[in-house]
Amino acid sequence: MSAGIDAYPGGVAGGGLAPGGGLAAALTEEPAHGASKRIVVAYGFWIFLISDIILFSALFATYAVLTDATDGGPSGRDLFELPTVAIETACLLLSTVFCGLAGIGAQVRRNAMYYGSMAATFVLGATFVAIELHEFKTMIDAGAGPGRSGFLSAFFALIGCHGLHVTAGLLWLLTMVAQVYAKGYRDDIRRRLLCFALFWHTLDIIWVALFSLVYLVGVAPR
Amino acid sequence: MNDSTPERHGDIAPGDELRPADVPAAVRGYLVGFALATLLTCVSFYIARSTIVWQPSIPIALSVLALAQMGIHLVFFLHITSGPDSVNNVMALAFGLLIVILLVFGSLWIMLHLDHNLMPMERLMQMQR
Repeated sequence: MSAGIDAYPGGVAGGGLAPGGGLAAALTEEPAHGASKRIVVAYGFWIFLISDIILFSALFATYAVLTDATDGGPSGRDLFELPTVAIETACLLLSTVFCGLAGIGAQVRRNAMYYGSMAATFVLGATFVAIELHEFKTMIDAGAGPGRSGFLSAFFALIGCHGLHVTAGLLWLLTMVAQVYAKGYRDDIRRRLLCFALFWHTLDIIWVALFSLVYLVGVAPR
Repeated sequence: MNDSTPERHGDIAPGDELRPADVPAAVRGYLVGFALATLLTCVSFYIARSTIVWQPSIPIALSVLALAQMGIHLVFFLHITSGPDSVNNVMALAFGLLIVILLVFGSLWIMLHLDHNLMPMERLMQMQR
């Protein structure tokens, strides 16, 4: 972070220290480094999330290259069902809002807000995964499994990778509920919760790219 | 830590502490983000199937709507803003976007040209017989 300190115009104000206020003062007052531990943790986790986004962009590039490689088999136009995708999108968008509310609840230590929002987030996320699994099963039963064509391999890899991320997020969500229940709203627990919220919001951002550019472009008239 | 400074105002970076008095404003932020995201999603789903738009432009329209919605998510849900504590986050995001653009557009550019320069698969199969 040391390289970033100069980039904080007002970041050192908390310690009562003017920017560039002298080395001695900076050494004696620890918080003079501007960013709180929460901000540093969130920054580190944000770097991981960006690497995750890059992973998805590689899968997405593979899909984009292979969209027309259907080998005479079904294309997106034959397989994608927009009402299902709309329900999935609604589930994930609502769950991301509830996840944000849970984060607020944890910061101000309101049990009803925290546990209620986390429960809603979990139910909506689990619904999303269930609908996606059902969609995969329908496709595989219809003979359009990942082995059918290059297009379907890329499709299952891309959407499946997102589904796996959501499933992992659901397990993380349960862990965070258990940790808050057992240990209370400690600072370190709330930092983990912050990372979870960033993770969940990022999964929804990735889903925006997927439903727009995979499903909707896939069925759009050309 | 220094989040308790009273003169702190404006944008909240990810990781900023929240005071109880700020809860209604924070909730409102998520609801505004939700409303905007819902609106853009509905427009996307409508445009994908509509016939009133010039059809070759639909994929580009959908891309633009998706980008706009990602921006909404970043600002209202992830709180990646232009605030002073967010500078590092924005820089990391900018670098990530550079890599994403190179990866996606680079792959498409190379692979589509490769496709263009290669013999069609049917011809190749005929020659092998």
